[in-house]
Parts: sequence; C-alpha cells; structure tokens
Amino acid sequence: MRTEIQTVSRRSRLGRQLQHGDLIFWIVALLFAVLVVVLLAAIIGVTWHGSAVARHAFGWQFLTTSSWNPVNGQFGALPAIYGTIVSSIIALLFAAPLGVMIAVFLNALCPMKLRMPIGMMVELLAAIPSVVYGMWGIFVFIPFFRSYISTPLSKTVGSAVPLFAGPVNVGRGMLVAGIILAIMILPTIAAISRDVLAVVPNSQREAMLALGATRWEVIRHAELPYARAGIVGGMMLGLGRALGETMAATMVIGNTPKIHASLFQPATTAASLIASQLPNANTDLHSSALIYLALVLFLITLVANSIARALVWRVSRTGSGA
Amino acid sequence: MQESNETLLIRDVLSGRLSRRQLFRKAGMLGLSVPAIAALLAACGGGNDSTTTSTSSTASSSTTAPSGTGGSPSASGSPISTGNWKPRDVKVNLTGSGSSFVDPAMQLWIEKYKKLAPHVTINYQSVGSGQGKKDFIGKVTDFAGTDAFMTDEELKQAPGSLHIPVVLGPVAMTYNLSGVSKLQLSGPTLANIFLGKITSWNDDAIKADNPGASLPGDSITVVHRSDGSGTSAIFTNYLSKVSDEWKSQVGFGTAVQWPVGIGGEKNPGVAAGVQQTPGAIGYVELAYASVNNLPIASIKNAAGSYVAPSLDSTSAAAAGFLNDLPDDLRVFITNPPKGETSYPITGFSWVLLRPSYDDEAKAQALTDFCYWAITTGQEVSKTLEYAPLPNEVLAIEIKKLEQVQAGGAAVFQAPM
Repeated sequence: MRTEIQTVSRRSRLGRQLQHGDLIFWIVALLFAVLVVVLLAAIIGVTWHGSAVARHAFGWQFLTTSSWNPVNGQFGALPAIYGTIVSSIIALLFAAPLGVMIAVFLNALCPMKLRMPIGMMVELLAAIPSVVYGMWGIFVFIPFFRSYISTPLSKTVGSAVPLFAGPVNVGRGMLVAGIILAIMILPTIAAISRDVLAVVPNSQREAMLALGATRWEVIRHAELPYARAGIVGGMMLGLGRALGETMAATMVIGNTPKIHASLFQPATTAASLIASQLPNANTDLHSSALIYLALVLFLITLVANSIARALVWRVSRTGSGA
Repeated sequence: MQESNETLLIRDVLSGRLSRRQLFRKAGMLGLSVPAIAALLAACGGGNDSTTTSTSSTASSSTTAPSGTGGSPSASGSPISTGNWKPRDVKVNLTGSGSSFVDPAMQLWIEKYKKLAPHVTINYQSVGSGQGKKDFIGKVTDFAGTDAFMTDEELKQAPGSLHIPVVLGPVAMTYNLSGVSKLQLSGPTLANIFLGKITSWNDDAIKADNPGASLPGDSITVVHRSDGSGTSAIFTNYLSKVSDEWKSQVGFGTAVQWPVGIGGEKNPGVAAGVQQTPGAIGYVELAYASVNNLPIASIKNAAGSYVAPSLDSTSAAAAGFLNDLPDDLRVFITNPPKGETSYPITGFSWVLLRPSYDDEAKAQALTDFCYWAITTGQEVSKTLEYAPLPNEVLAIEIKKLEQVQAGGAAVFQAPM
C-alpha cells in the first residue's frame, strides 16, 4: 500500500522535474556527488599503485616490523602506526571529557552574557593554523611541561612505572604531542556536543525536574543520554583530525620511528613521517614505502570511522529513547 | 620609502639584531618582493667586502685561465676570469627544481642573471633533492638542483646526466652547553656521540679533545634532521668515513635510521631543538648557524688540526680532494685526506644537466647560466655564505658544460 503511493508520487515528481528544468539541476548535483566518489577512488588507486613496490617487497610484514632504515631499504611501519594511534587516543582522552564539559556548561550553566563570547572563543581554537599550535608547543608548552610535569613525574612515578620514565630533557615526545592534539580537536568536540545538547527537547528536562531532580541529575540522566549519539559522533570527528594531523605533530613529537614504553620519549606518526621524508626520498623503495604508509593511514581512518558509525548506530538505538 | 626600509633592515642584520628568518618576516611585512629580499640578503651578507660586481664586462682581468689545471692549488683564489664573455640572450624559458639547500643562491643568481640576459627566464622550485631528481628524470624540468648525486640506478634512467657542482656547503655542529664557548671534537668522538655510546659531556673522549676546558656533566641529547636532506647525507657520510662502526651500523644517506636522538624539521627545527635542550648537539648548514649566531664546534680534520667551518676552510677541503675527484664529479668530499686548514664536514651541491637537449636555445641558455653561476656567480653566492668552488674543480666543470649538445652539435665554448 505504502510503496504503491511512493512509486506513483515518484513517477509524477519525475514528470515535473522534466517540465521545470529541474532535471538539469538534478544532473549537476549528481555529478558533484559522483565527483566525491571518483576522487576517493582516485586517491585509493594512486596510493595502491604507488605502493606496489613496497607491498611486493614487504607484504603484511610492513605492518608488524619496526625498522625504518632508508639506507639498507628496510621499512616497517609499526612505530608510525603505534605513534599515530597512541597520540590520537591520548588526544581523545584529554579532549573528550573537556569538550563535553564545555558544551554542558555553555548550554545549561553558563550565564547568558558569557555564552556568546566563550562559545566564540572555543570555535576560534579551531581556526588557528596547526603550525601555530606547533610553534606554541615548541616555545611555550614544552618548556613548561618539562619543568613542571615531566621532570617531577619521571623522578617520582617514573622510576616504578615505565610509562612515565625519563630521560625527559628533550621535552618533545608522545605525551606532549597528544596534549597539543587534544587542544586542536577540543573545539570540534565542544562545538558539536553543544549543538546536539541544544536540541534536547525541553520536555525531557521538565520531566526530570518534575521528579525533583537536581541540575546535575537533569544533565546526567536526561540531556547527556539523549545527545549521546551526536556527542560520540563529535568525538570521532575529532579523532579523525588527530589521526591525520601532520604539522603540529611533526613539530612536537620528536620524529623518531621507534616504539618506547615511556610517553615522555620521542615517537613519530604516519602523517609526519610521510611529510618529512617524501620530498627527499631517494630510492623507489623508500617513496613507495611512504606511499604504502599513506595507504595504511587511510585504512586506519577508515576503521576509526567505521567504529564511529557502529557506535553511533548502537548508541542511538539503545540510548536516546527517541 | 622602501629604500630606507631596506637600509634599516640591512643595518639590523649586520649588527646581529635580526636573524635571517626575522629579516624575511620583516621584509614580508614591508611588502618587499622575493627578489628584493634576496637582494637584501646579498647586500647584508656582503658586509664590507664590496658586494657583487658581477657583470662580465667588469669582471677583473688577471686570473688563471680555465685550462690551467696545473695551476696552484690555492682553493680560495680569485675566480676564473670570464674575460669579455657575455651570455647569449636567447628568448627561452628554463625550469628547474630540487634542492632547497641551493635555493637561496639559485634565486639570487636568477635575479642577477636576468640583468645580463633579460630574455632568459629561469624558474627554480625548491621541492627537495629527491623530487628534483624525479622531475629531471621524468623530463618535467630542464635541470635539477640536488645535494645527493644520482645513484647508478637513477643514472640508468637518465643516461649521461651531467653533474655540475654549483656550491659548496659546509655543515656546522652546534651545541648547547652553558659556560662552554669553545668546543672541539674529533671525528670518532662525534660518531660515538651520534651512536649513543658517549652519553655525557664529561666523557674522557670529549675531555681528550678539549684539554684544559671544564666540561659539565650534562647528559648529551642528539638532535638530527627528521626530513630527508642533503645536509644529513653529508654529515652521515663524514661519520661513515671516520667510524667503521657507524658505517656498518647506520651508513649514510639523506635519511638514515638514527641510533639515538630526536628529529627536528629542517634547519630551524634542529636549531630550536638544540637551543631548548641543555646538553644538546645537532648539525645545521653553516649559513643558518652563522646568521643565527649559534655556537659552533671545531672539528678535527685528517691532518690532525681542529678547524671551525668557514668559507675558506670549506674551499680548502674541496681543494684537498683534487687528486681524488672522479670524472663524473659524483663524489662526497667529506674528511679530505690532506690540508691543515680544511674543514672536514662539507659537500657539493650539484646542478644536473642532460647531455643533449632537443631545443638548441634551451641548451645554450642553460650552459651559459651554469657557466656564469660557477664563475662570476660564485662571488654572488659567497654573500649568502656558500663557499666558492676551487678553480681546479671549475676547470673540470667547464669541460662538462662543453659536452652539452643540441641536435648533435656542442652548444657551449668557454672563453679562453
């Protein structure tokens, strides 16, 4: 019954499109949509083709070995993959709670007068170019971090916990990079969370208030669960940015393709390794390995995105009660 | 207005108040164009040894002729006379890409050359040596600039490519040790530091290099380049020559697997890493180190004396290699076997030319430009802290330029 109506209306709509020249618009819009698909296919095609030499030479071992030696032509991507994922997770661990709290504050607790300026400043963080974050990291944050955080931590906790072991006098390292990335993805998470919290229906809040809930309970039990799907989506967008961030990471992570247990030690990310070494790669194998790494990075973001989709889907099915 | 701004800037740089980077920024704010900035830099670097009298007609007379290979091996002698030679002003566009190390010199040459041959338009993009070679092999460009000579594999893809050294680049060791204003290091000590075997500044090996100096017990942090670079190639090649262990464990190349340390992006990244980390040591191009007043270590050469990098000690190093230069000039000139005054960590930067071009005008303009760059142009690049090529090397290079052909006929004949 329902489908019958739909087909009828579709057919008649098509007729109207023909009449009014909407068909042209439809075709143009379709072309643009297809363009995205073509572009994506082209990117995959180029990275697949360009990485052929390295794929044949290393195969899956590329993902599990950790020697990156352009001189004797041994390339393993494990340190870069590890650095990419760990630095992004650190970023998310810092930025997610902060971003959500900012959003909650702006929506529910902030005095009206402050709402606009604070909201704008958070969004302004997103407009700062990443090279500026890198500079700030090198000249402001790293000296501060070394004096007040990494040195005392490595001297106390660090002697027992390898995660915080020294030496720290270099300053640049995984944790610093993760924190800088966190600041960079904070506005994404905060802005999206604020938007989804803003559309939580008032009836939800009123119901909680009618039950005698405190403000905290309203936020905790009505607003956040309702907006969960959107918040998770925002976090995943932030994660996506952290995974691919190149410039700021390159400037503060120390660029050492090695896996260290300690978060204070230098590391590298896939994006920064590619950006630093591709322009001067002297052998086919070297540049091919870097393109292979790009393909792997592409896969990582794809997986992260799929997980995000699945999460949003699950959360929105079980959570929001909509 | 602009004129006075420029003079102000020059004064600032000469008095050491402005680094080169700051100069660029300031000049950019004043709205000066890139050539204007390059000219500014040239003027600054020139200091008081009267800048760039570069037109061929004014070039001085009584110097060694190009054919005089048996001449004195004085590396820092005056450049080969170009007599009344003038470049052919053919109407042609030349494109090149590659090394960022040679880029400041290249841009200044292009600007000066434009005055001599207004119809020759040269476009050089600093995309990195690796990409430059790829562009050249793929015939995207007419010439390439590179800090790393072509491998045999690459030469197979572009047979007969000519390597023309255009500048000499010294690599300076900079360090961060409070209270230590003079540091001397021998090659093996340096290699052991970069291997991670020497970890403290009061190690006996460093003490032996610096008799009488009081060295702090700071731990050593190594800072190297994170990007692939000709500077790294020269430096690692030097370490390979002075340490068998480095040679077998690490080897040399534009990017290597560094045993220890952190990577900084380009010269500024390394310099920032060193300056911010007490006890750090790193390597940068000499021009970058001296413009920014970084402390520079003296390195022990093969003759046994500790030498600081300078234009003279670099040219001396190249001269020390004269008997060992291969015909194709594909050679690292690190750790020269002789010469009391030569600085051991230095290398050529090359321009790559094809042995034969389809377009005769292109071939003419290219060979003329290269000839000018390696002769009169050396005085120009000197103002940017590139060491001049020794005359003996020039003689070999000029023969190479004479090999370039178009349509089966040679296009260039050096003036006698």
